[in-house]
Amino acid sequence: MLKDVTFGQYYPVQSFVHRMDPRLKIVFLIAFIAAIFLAKNFYGLAACAFVFLLALAFSGVPVRKVLRSVKGILFILLFTTILNALFYNGETVYWSWWIIRITKEGLIFTAFLLVRLFLLVMCSSLLTYTTTPVALTDGIESLLTPLKWIRFPVHELALIMSIALRFIPILMDETERIMNAQKARGADFETGGLAKRVRAIVPILIPLLLSAFRCADELGDAMEARCYMGSKNRTKYKKLRFGWRDLIGFLLIAALVTGVVLMGIYLGAVI
Amino acid sequence: MRIKAEHLSYVYNASSPFATHALNDISLTIEEGEFFGILGHTGSGKSTFVQHLNGLLRVPSSLKKYKPKKLKKGETPPPPTVLQVGAFDLTDKKTDFRELRSRVGMVFQYPEYQLFAETVAQDVAFGLKNFSKEKLTDEAVEKAVRAALEVVGLSYDELKDTSPFDLSGGQKRRVAIAGVIVTRPDVLVLDEPAAGLDPLGKREIMQLLHRLHEEWCKTVVIVSHDMDEIAENCTRAAVFSEGTVKFVLPPSELFRHSEELIALGLDIPLTAKLCLALEKRGVTVDCDFTTEDFIRRTLALNA
Repeated sequence: MLKDVTFGQYYPVQSFVHRMDPRLKIVFLIAFIAAIFLAKNFYGLAACAFVFLLALAFSGVPVRKVLRSVKGILFILLFTTILNALFYNGETVYWSWWIIRITKEGLIFTAFLLVRLFLLVMCSSLLTYTTTPVALTDGIESLLTPLKWIRFPVHELALIMSIALRFIPILMDETERIMNAQKARGADFETGGLAKRVRAIVPILIPLLLSAFRCADELGDAMEARCYMGSKNRTKYKKLRFGWRDLIGFLLIAALVTGVVLMGIYLGAVI
Repeated sequence: MRIKAEHLSYVYNASSPFATHALNDISLTIEEGEFFGILGHTGSGKSTFVQHLNGLLRVPSSLKKYKPKKLKKGETPPPPTVLQVGAFDLTDKKTDFRELRSRVGMVFQYPEYQLFAETVAQDVAFGLKNFSKEKLTDEAVEKAVRAALEVVGLSYDELKDTSPFDLSGGQKRRVAIAGVIVTRPDVLVLDEPAAGLDPLGKREIMQLLHRLHEEWCKTVVIVSHDMDEIAENCTRAAVFSEGTVKFVLPPSELFRHSEELIALGLDIPLTAKLCLALEKRGVTVDCDFTTEDFIRRTLALNA
């Protein structure tokens, strides 16, 4: 059950998108999200969707996987859909009762918002599906380098991030092991009221906390034993390099952003 | 209770690129009263098999509810999966897994990491209270906890109010084992019970297991990759490799296959190594691979 959590779930295949530079992938994601929000009409969104589908097709990640990432925000989607569809202040009223008004503009706006949210979540998950957590933190560290001038500890932050990411699967395994051990002693996590379930967590939480501290201790000792001193004069095992794939990606994203802005100006707005 | 598995398979992360076949059509029977050893490398499927025994892993429903698809001519339907522990049918969803778990005790690797309660007595009583159908009286709990602590060689009166985190490593492990056997299970399964202990601690734990085997739990199953442990203690042992069972033999016969075991990447007991070395020099020692028997027979050669 714990294995179902989609967090930083890397999908291990070789593909065009997988081989792109993580730094640029992050930048592209930001640019893509900007494009989604700059889009003022369905033409713009269609262009975004087209670029997304292109990326998806060249990523080797099954569509089913990417769709699953939407499951997490299903509630938000439902909430916004209902609110907007029922209460949007539009002109052409189709049906109204008490304070509820279903209007043409409302429905269009809702559809627009839905597409936006869908694209937003799916493109973010595409990044984590195609980039290993390590590459991702490397990319973030590299992108944050300018902050070093204001003495921001970029390297340390990246290290903390990669250690945290590294330990998630370990702690998940540990949780599962402890859960199994307590289940074997008759612990019951699935039935009973809220109070009972909260109490049932104690036999997992305490051993888990202890084991997290133990892991941290051991890692700290190991790092110290190898004279880890922080960021000064450290080189990278994996050097990030731009390649032809990144150029193609760059051109595509640049074209998308320009296109979306132009469409917004010349083709009118939905909102 | 007799443990019987037939055509048991298990796949982790089915239908994903991480899918691994942990068990591949395994058939294995462990009789009541055995001190059974399960050998194998990490990733050989031994832990996966053992976790089936008290329902922590279930037989996938797709296997037991086999829908008779249209079979091509000459094709036979796959044989049904059987997994029984005593009277419990583990392929049946309606089985009372709670009851099963109180009858099949499971001690995981490094069980001392599952301790959580404020006092030793509370921790040992955890399983007891979970499994009992009606509320137990304090006296009944105390009696059971006292007996469990004493059988693992700890004093109830000295330790009952101590925090389990203040104990030494070996004591913690004993407390954890006491917490499992407190319900007096018929079958006791231990995953690497001696892992991480020094030689003396290892010997003490194995002595403890023999005591438990005689007095508390009819059947003991240990998972181990320490061959000496298996050779010295077990009535029979199964060798797992890549999700299949390669051998099921008493140790005295199993280690006659030393060369095959080495080919599987497994270690062999020291006595078996010595037998092999002697054989190369033309001396055949016919022993059951326990240290005692080996010494006796090599000394007899001299005479």
